[in-house]
Amino acid sequence: MPSFDNILNAFILLSNFVLLPALTYGAQLALGALAVTLVYSILRFANFSQANNMAFGTAMAILLTGFFQSQGWTISGFPTALLVIPLAIVITIICLLLTDRWVYRYYRINNAKSITVVMVSIGVMFIMGGLVQLIMGPEQQIFADGARFIWTAREFKTFSGLSEGLALKTSQLTTILLALLAVGLVFYFLQKTKVGKAMRAFSDNEDLALLSGINPDKVVFTTWLLVATLTTIAGVLFGLDKGFSPLQYHLLLLPVFAAVIVGGIGSPLGAIVGAFVISFSEMLLTYAYKKFFIYLLPTSLEPDSLLQLIGTEYKYAVSFVILIIVLLIKPTGIFKGKVL
Amino acid sequence: MNNLAHIWQSHRQAISILVMVFLLAFVGINQSWVLALSIFNLCLISAIMALGVNIQWGYAGLFNIGIMGFAALGGLSVVLISAPAVPVAVSAGGMNMLFALFLLLLSIVLSVYLSKHKYNKGWVVLSLVAGYFAMRYFYIDAAQAIEAVNPSKTGYLGGLGLPVPLAWLAGGLLAAGAAWLIGKITLGLRSDYLAIASFGIAEIVLYIIKNEDWIARGVKNVTGLPRPVPLEIDLQQSPWFEEMVLWFNQSSLSLLTEAEKTKALSILLSEYSVVFVKLCYSSLFLAILVALIIMANLAFDSPWGRKVRAIRDNEIAASAMGKNVKRQHLQIFVIGSAIVGIAGALLVTYTGQFTPNSYQSLRFTFLIWVMVIVGGSGNNFGSVIGAFFIWFFWVESTPMGLWLAETVQNFAGTDNGVSAFLQDRAHFFRYIFMGLIMLLVLRFAPGGILPEKDKKL
Amino acid sequence: MTYLTGKNLFAAYGAVPILRGCSVGVNRGELAVIVGPNGAGKSSVMKALLGLLPSKGEVLLNGKDISALSTQQRISLGLAFVPQNNNVFPTMSVVENLEIGAFLRHDDYQTTLDEVYTLFPILFEKRRQLAGQLSGGQRQQVAFGRAMMTQPTVLLLDEPTAGVSPIVIDEIFANILALKEANKAVLMVEQNAQQALSIADKGFVLVAGKNAHTGTGKALLSDDKVRRDFLGG
Repeated sequence: MPSFDNILNAFILLSNFVLLPALTYGAQLALGALAVTLVYSILRFANFSQANNMAFGTAMAILLTGFFQSQGWTISGFPTALLVIPLAIVITIICLLLTDRWVYRYYRINNAKSITVVMVSIGVMFIMGGLVQLIMGPEQQIFADGARFIWTAREFKTFSGLSEGLALKTSQLTTILLALLAVGLVFYFLQKTKVGKAMRAFSDNEDLALLSGINPDKVVFTTWLLVATLTTIAGVLFGLDKGFSPLQYHLLLLPVFAAVIVGGIGSPLGAIVGAFVISFSEMLLTYAYKKFFIYLLPTSLEPDSLLQLIGTEYKYAVSFVILIIVLLIKPTGIFKGKVL
Repeated sequence: MNNLAHIWQSHRQAISILVMVFLLAFVGINQSWVLALSIFNLCLISAIMALGVNIQWGYAGLFNIGIMGFAALGGLSVVLISAPAVPVAVSAGGMNMLFALFLLLLSIVLSVYLSKHKYNKGWVVLSLVAGYFAMRYFYIDAAQAIEAVNPSKTGYLGGLGLPVPLAWLAGGLLAAGAAWLIGKITLGLRSDYLAIASFGIAEIVLYIIKNEDWIARGVKNVTGLPRPVPLEIDLQQSPWFEEMVLWFNQSSLSLLTEAEKTKALSILLSEYSVVFVKLCYSSLFLAILVALIIMANLAFDSPWGRKVRAIRDNEIAASAMGKNVKRQHLQIFVIGSAIVGIAGALLVTYTGQFTPNSYQSLRFTFLIWVMVIVGGSGNNFGSVIGAFFIWFFWVESTPMGLWLAETVQNFAGTDNGVSAFLQDRAHFFRYIFMGLIMLLVLRFAPGGILPEKDKKL
Repeated sequence: MTYLTGKNLFAAYGAVPILRGCSVGVNRGELAVIVGPNGAGKSSVMKALLGLLPSKGEVLLNGKDISALSTQQRISLGLAFVPQNNNVFPTMSVVENLEIGAFLRHDDYQTTLDEVYTLFPILFEKRRQLAGQLSGGQRQQVAFGRAMMTQPTVLLLDEPTAGVSPIVIDEIFANILALKEANKAVLMVEQNAQQALSIADKGFVLVAGKNAHTGTGKALLSDDKVRRDFLGG
């Protein structure tokens, strides 16, 4: 039987390397997945340009961060990006509204098949991707400034007297707080406000919504506002946490879509739950448990291999496998999304 | 003006081909014939890929955005089939690896059997999980052993050393297998699930190829793959080739002195050998493309094709008439992906190397889709025309971009930030440009250059 | 001249004419029924009145021509429509369904809500439940309720009894009569011609997009020709 200290150490170890990062990553995915699900349920297409839209919003935030830093407008201890998020959101909103006006609206008015709009969104995806790479270049960029940690692993160790440390990064705290705020506001908006209810009605039954006097243009407009906001926040938080590179953002499309489908396409709550299912699976399956079990098992049983279920390089594969499993077992997802 | 439009309407096909020939000739005369031929060859390969995608989209409305993955699988099979084996690596870990794969396969078969026979889902999961761990037990050591064999040169199992055409066939089969798996799972569900799943499988396939060095050396690339046409150096040394070059250049060579003649001949020989090899490839690819188009068109006019059209034109009515829509779609998805796989194999054979890092969704998936849409989605020959034009502009857009940058420079004086920026990032304009072409065609000319006759979309 | 009047309506789906000069009308506190064989254009009349189907001819509401107005504008003038299928917002609660009905109103709609609850007490009981989980008859009540929340003067009902059991049909007809008593003009399309005409003040028998017979419900029911051709004896 391991000592209490060892159990605690094992738990702290897991928290530091798996649970906290998974919570952070899950929160970032959740915001992106929420945006996809909103577009899906109101505009009725799977938006393949979501990941590249996130890259666009982040690119705007990075440019603005550079400008703010040069002007000396920063907040001590926290990343400047937080200060510029509202402005980046506004630019992304304008960008998405223009895309809607110039691209998607035509297909909406003409009642195009959903798959045609999906194809169009792939065109938009590549334009956005090209635009972002044109502006930012293809290299990785780190734009998180301010203090890197709220508290470091060492500070935690001295404070708790344990041999394992649980560090809390500024980017992690920022992500969790901001994501909570954003998701809370979106849900409040959808559940309690008149426009939010109109959006839900529109998503439920478009014809009946029109017969109730709901203005479709307003609903679409509001949707893009919400989507752009969520998209920018998700992108900036991901970038603060892991750095910005266009390719990495492009690859986010898979986990984001997996989250949406796992949760049930079209269900906002499903998108959030799905995002955490994906992030925790990814982290739990790719973590090497050797040290964790050293704490828990007697010396005689100590493992000699890494005890890693899947190589870290396959973390994106995890979301794909989960996606396939869900499609095989329950294509509606956890919260009964729309399957056909 | 009206007259011109009329001529275009009635002779779209002929005019498109003429324009293409003219463009290639232009490049040949102004840049070089070698360049013109390599553009032509890649046009042909792209055309085959586009044909595969067009069959999926045009015949069944299936939206495949994992083209990159299927092409990579085709390329991989060239390594697996036609590369020479690495006996040391095979004896080091070959058996264990084979056994590991066998265990994985066994557990999958077992779990499918269990789920088909309504066993508890727990058993299905257990068999998969147990199979995975058993596989991993043998796999880790085997992979390490294989990768340890002379890593700078080999470090992989090598291939079977079989003739190249077999590799193309295998490329088609490998891609077909992957397509069958995805199709089986996602067809019959929402139409965008297939898109998402194919996008996913393409990324996963590339992750595996890049990370599992024992298969095909990962990002270390496999080079010097065998080719089905003669080597340039062999040509230069064969008497019949020299005679042919002499015959072609009789008049110009006869004016020179003996010493000059030898020198000129060796230059001519090396030029001609490159062109000759490219021409060999061209005829090979052209033959395959033509054969595939003929087969596709024959199939479309057969009873099978009538069923396909019936389902495409009215899915609901067809399924009410007892036609199995899902099975039909699965067939078409597999066939189309197989063609993409063959094209991927041809590409690797042509370049003689397998470089996983060159597989980018922008270059493969997206560009092929632009070809299909611009050419005329649903029209097999249209996608060939689309492939030609788009590939041509894709290749020539870099010189055009540089030319633009130079013009800006000349116009604005030497020290100009704009032109430097343009030169640095010029290739990203291509994505924006191609994306714009795609959106504009979709919106204003959804039929493309060669619209399919009486198509309902 | 009736409160809501459609006069000489013409409409077509593509090249196929569906309305060929038919006229309908209903007054407040009155129930009018449109009956006729399948494909006669019954539902199309409703769509034309609502502006959901482009049509020629006059649509008058309280003497004013509204044929140039959009659906939304007509809704705001007091028209309300209860579709045959998909007539609720399934993932929203009953009370939210009713609130959406009041979307265009800026006044306090609590009194109307109370009226709906008085008319359909079951809705008050189930107000927190999702509309998608209700039975067919209850959903129909939600749909009526939602329509009433717009405070309409005219209610257009598209086959309110289609696909429900006979007991529920009686319930629905009772609801419709209640709406009529509340001084609404009710115009409905009905498959179940016999029963519908027996409670209707006015009936329109439509054949091939034209009025074949027009009269009070009772008169039509007792007309031998109508009975023979449309009511099966």
